Amino acid sequence: MAETNQRTAYGKTLVELCHQNKDIVVLDADLCASTMGKLVEVEPGLEDRHIEMGIAEANMLSTAGGLARVGKIPFASSFAVFSAGRAYDQIRQSISIGKLNVKICGSSAGCSDFGDGATHQSIDDIAYMRVIPNMSVFVPADANEAVAVVKYMAANPGPMYIRLNRNAYDNVIPEGAEFVPGEPVVMKEGTDVTVFACGIMLTKALEAAKALEGKISVRVVNVPSIKPLNRESVIRLASDVKGVVTAEEHSVIGGLGGAIAEALRLEKVPVEFVGVEDQFGSSAHSYDDILNYLGLTTDHIVKAVEEIYSL
Amino acid sequence: MAYSEELIKSLEEKGQLLRRDCIKCIGVGVAGHVGGSCSSADLVAALYFHKMKIDPKNPEWDERDYFLLSKGHVAILQYAALAERGYFPVEDLPRCKEIGFYLQGHPHLGTPGIEAGTGSLGQGLSLGAGMAIGLKLDNKPNRVYVLVGDGEMDEGQIWEAAMSSGAKKLDNLCAIIDNNGLQAMGRIADRLPSEPIADKWRSFGWNVIEIDGHNMEQILTALDEAEQFKGKPTAIVAHTVKGKGISFAENQVGFHNRALTQEEYDKALEELA
Repeated sequence: MAETNQRTAYGKTLVELCHQNKDIVVLDADLCASTMGKLVEVEPGLEDRHIEMGIAEANMLSTAGGLARVGKIPFASSFAVFSAGRAYDQIRQSISIGKLNVKICGSSAGCSDFGDGATHQSIDDIAYMRVIPNMSVFVPADANEAVAVVKYMAANPGPMYIRLNRNAYDNVIPEGAEFVPGEPVVMKEGTDVTVFACGIMLTKALEAAKALEGKISVRVVNVPSIKPLNRESVIRLASDVKGVVTAEEHSVIGGLGGAIAEALRLEKVPVEFVGVEDQFGSSAHSYDDILNYLGLTTDHIVKAVEEIYSL
Repeated sequence: MAYSEELIKSLEEKGQLLRRDCIKCIGVGVAGHVGGSCSSADLVAALYFHKMKIDPKNPEWDERDYFLLSKGHVAILQYAALAERGYFPVEDLPRCKEIGFYLQGHPHLGTPGIEAGTGSLGQGLSLGAGMAIGLKLDNKPNRVYVLVGDGEMDEGQIWEAAMSSGAKKLDNLCAIIDNNGLQAMGRIADRLPSEPIADKWRSFGWNVIEIDGHNMEQILTALDEAEQFKGKPTAIVAHTVKGKGISFAENQVGFHNRALTQEEYDKALEELA
């Protein structure tokens, strides 16, 4: 049976890839039991392929850059707030300007680390990774898609960022489905409103479309590749409906919503965002509690679709 | 170890040649990092004209040694060395900083002989450590040299890299610290005092060698000792003079990044002849 946790899928896929390619190395900053880099560390025969860098993310990312320059394919992993946030400068300066072949994993992203609170919840990583020239940004919808994205990252050159959820949930992407960077994927056809969603919010967008069946015909589009993003495809999927809703576990500023709005900037298409309203997260007792607190539920998508439809 | 007088003399001349190239590179009326280039020039000359295994005709040669200019603001010095070694024409040096040109204001990947983009201070040693780890994984003998500024040691990442390189026993890595005592805005001793530099590196698990960074025999001896030392990375703490060789620029904070007048330009070239 397929994995339903993106982190486990990530670790298991890295083990598989490490066995296939001697140049893949996995770096961690004292959180390998969370990122699942640990699966590489404990795998017989791969002991030297997992490089523990200590609690020093800036050094980890620049070190990954050096590894890439001597032909390695480093996957540097930590919580998104650390691997991408704390090491932003190293990613920009050491890695991205030179287009080094470094793969960055933002694990426990969004508010999926619900207990640890605002310091550990990345509601801004898509924005600050996306704005860096040469950087690709991927947000797989579920564990099945995470496997496909990680395999793509290992096989293709250039700096890339993958954003992963901490918690398990049912897959909506078929096992073995191909990942094509840049291309939005239609999950369900519809004629009234298009919802573009990424990560766990794709699951909720599909639920919202179902809840609206018979009232509003909703097209649901998965956007695992925030950057690159094929502008023509976005326009095509947005121009035959009344309007567009975006849904993401991220700030409404600069994330998927920003990317879609930028793609549609010359179109006469209304866009509404479902996301975090320019605020930090909070500790919560459950993942659902924090998603509800931040306005990231199926109901919020339903209301946004109704609002667009009523225009 | 004894080195021939001829070798010492020729490398000393290369150091002066690189200093003259730096002056010609920035010209008159355009700001450039003269002070830190002149303090590092003898170290860089020893590496590029003697110590490092490199092939200017094949910059990406698999068996080459790697050099990273972590204090990337003195890019003109590395460009001078690369040009004089034949990576690209010396005549191109004065075109440094032209829009889109391959000689940017800081080392930029894509310039022949440049191994990584550096100059956002504090990051070069980590990049070098990554190279050293990768080379060790492949059981390759290539060495990695990183030139670090003493002012740059303000950056916390230098100490992250020092700690992890020591822990990982990267004896194929050599950090060379240009200890000229000055940073952009003044004397290091008056700002964030860095001493005792040697003790700091030693305590992070490094083999440390202290030298006069303008004494070519000491430079060559230190580089050879660093190569032979096993089980730890080596830090060569090179005591230098900022602006070395130009009387009016020596030990002057004002010559960190400054434009030269025509008179200063002529006098500098005359003194460096």
